[in-house]
Amino acid sequence: MTNVITLTDIHRLFIMGDQQFEALKGVTFSVQAGEFVAIMGASGSGKSTCMNILGCLDRPTSGGYLLDGTDVGQMNQDQLAEIRNRKLGFVFQGFNLLSRTPAVENVKLPLIYAGVASKERHDRAVAALAQVGLSGKEQNHTSQLSGGQQQRVAIARALVNNPAVILADEPTGNLDSSTSNEIMTLFSSLNSQGITIIMVTHEHDVAAFAGRQITFKDGWIIGDTKG
Amino acid sequence: MVKIIKVFSPFTIHRLQVKMDLLQTLKIALRALRTNKMRSFLTMLGIIIGIAAVIAMMAVGSGARHVISQQIASIGSNIILVIPGSTTSGGLRSGSGGTQTLTSDDVRAIINELPSVETAAPTVRSTAQMVFGNLNWSTIVMGTTQDLFDIREWGIVNGRGITRQDNDGAAKVCLIGQTVADNLFGASDPVGKMVRIKKVPFTIIGVLERKGQSPQGQDQDDVVYVPLRTAQRKLVGSQFPNTVGAVMVKARSAELLGQAEEEVKSLLNQRHRITAGKEPDFSIRNLSEILAVAEQSSKAMSLLLGAVASISLVVGGIGIMNIMLVSVTERTREIGIRMAIGARRNDILMQFMTEAVLLTMLGGIIGIILGAGGAIVVSRILEWPTLISVNSITIAFFFSGAVGIFFGFYPARKAAGLNPIDALRYE
Repeated sequence: MTNVITLTDIHRLFIMGDQQFEALKGVTFSVQAGEFVAIMGASGSGKSTCMNILGCLDRPTSGGYLLDGTDVGQMNQDQLAEIRNRKLGFVFQGFNLLSRTPAVENVKLPLIYAGVASKERHDRAVAALAQVGLSGKEQNHTSQLSGGQQQRVAIARALVNNPAVILADEPTGNLDSSTSNEIMTLFSSLNSQGITIIMVTHEHDVAAFAGRQITFKDGWIIGDTKG
Repeated sequence: MVKIIKVFSPFTIHRLQVKMDLLQTLKIALRALRTNKMRSFLTMLGIIIGIAAVIAMMAVGSGARHVISQQIASIGSNIILVIPGSTTSGGLRSGSGGTQTLTSDDVRAIINELPSVETAAPTVRSTAQMVFGNLNWSTIVMGTTQDLFDIREWGIVNGRGITRQDNDGAAKVCLIGQTVADNLFGASDPVGKMVRIKKVPFTIIGVLERKGQSPQGQDQDDVVYVPLRTAQRKLVGSQFPNTVGAVMVKARSAELLGQAEEEVKSLLNQRHRITAGKEPDFSIRNLSEILAVAEQSSKAMSLLLGAVASISLVVGGIGIMNIMLVSVTERTREIGIRMAIGARRNDILMQFMTEAVLLTMLGGIIGIILGAGGAIVVSRILEWPTLISVNSITIAFFFSGAVGIFFGFYPARKAAGLNPIDALRYE
């Protein structure tokens, strides 16, 4: 199997005035194509910082990051935007959809920034919505959808660009347990179709859906278990 | 795998960047404006009022200038007017034109001796009752030569003009203005009809084309022209039959106007034996100069109005900037989402710039329509001439766009400069 993600000795130092805080103190791990990884840890453990770096939203202070074979560690903002657009799909805790906008328009967004033609954009967005079980809801405004449906729209948006990895940050944090189960089942089925997923969570039963759990504490990885 | 590395190496990524198409950017901006209709409209209002004011002011200003330039044309170009001056007799000074100090011989000398003068035409003036059948009309009777109509560029619409033969023979013929024709003849053809002026029968030989109002507001068409010699002998009844009233002098070109004025002055000084220190018995008026001054002041006026209107545009622009800043703050999360999903800084910049420019341009278009409509209403109700030029509309349109670019840039740059992580967390 090939590595989709390779992190090598990642450090992230935050400097605010004369205060320094090292959120990541040398993190090394790799993720293979088709894996479903849960990143766990208490708040302040560095898991969110790590997720931001994985998501190309933040850059490591030092260390190497290979994403799908590309060294993204020292790219500039616009290059990172391009990488986020083509290689990554994001699913957030708060859904982060555009309100008062139809579901299909939300799903189209990444394709707009990728410069995909209008017709193809629409077809792919409709297909992605079908993939998450939202056929027929294309024109519903996101505010008219339930929490679980909103998260499905967000997952469709993450899928639409055929990314190398889907990054999910507490995807069930705002959902009740039965809806959580639905969403996690959806993730599992997407994973079984070969999609690589990395998910941050602090709930063990959610993490149990993943095939591998990486645990953070105080900026270090303290556990990496499969099964 | 090797292939993917090649496609997505940092070097190629730079070239792979595909611009979001303009149509899509416009759609997004339109949707953003639609979600806040009332706010968008209120924001636009500043620009609408500013542009409407600019358009209306410019229409009123250029309408006034147009009237003035028409009046200049109605006088004729390159003309100076020589009028008899006052004389002092026994301590009493008569007013300007109070005496008849200019003669036909003076006019002949002006025409023949002065190099800068193309031609000149004397006039004598009198008011008279004109009678046709059982109708009568009080009008101004002017005696003149055939040259006057060339100088004033005044054509004949019907019949013929006064000829040299008419003048030499003191023929009892007349040319009538449109107002006279309307009042005495209505729709019927006046040419060939007999009228009586001061009991003297005259044959109408032609009708002059319409001239409209003079710069002083007089109806230039309420007039009858007869040959100079006929007027001198039959109508004016002066004790000096060879004298004339005002003399219109046409210079050979606009550049020679000043020189012609000097030449006329020194010629008449010499002929009338006016020595230094003695008050001349004539005066010279340069009508084009008077009108040029009038035009200057109306230009200054419309510039002033334009400046006032521009200030309101700037105020409107500040309103746009203010609202755009609020909008950036409100939509911080949206900006974060877009960035996370792959929007480059330029995409965000363009999105907010497009919104601002769309606001001002829409405002501009509405303002142009309102301003033009307002100008038309003003010209209808106040009977004030207005002229809406394509130029002013084009300028207003692009200026409103420029206001959007200028005042939209700072908020858009602020949006584009947001950190995606902070923007996503923004509550």
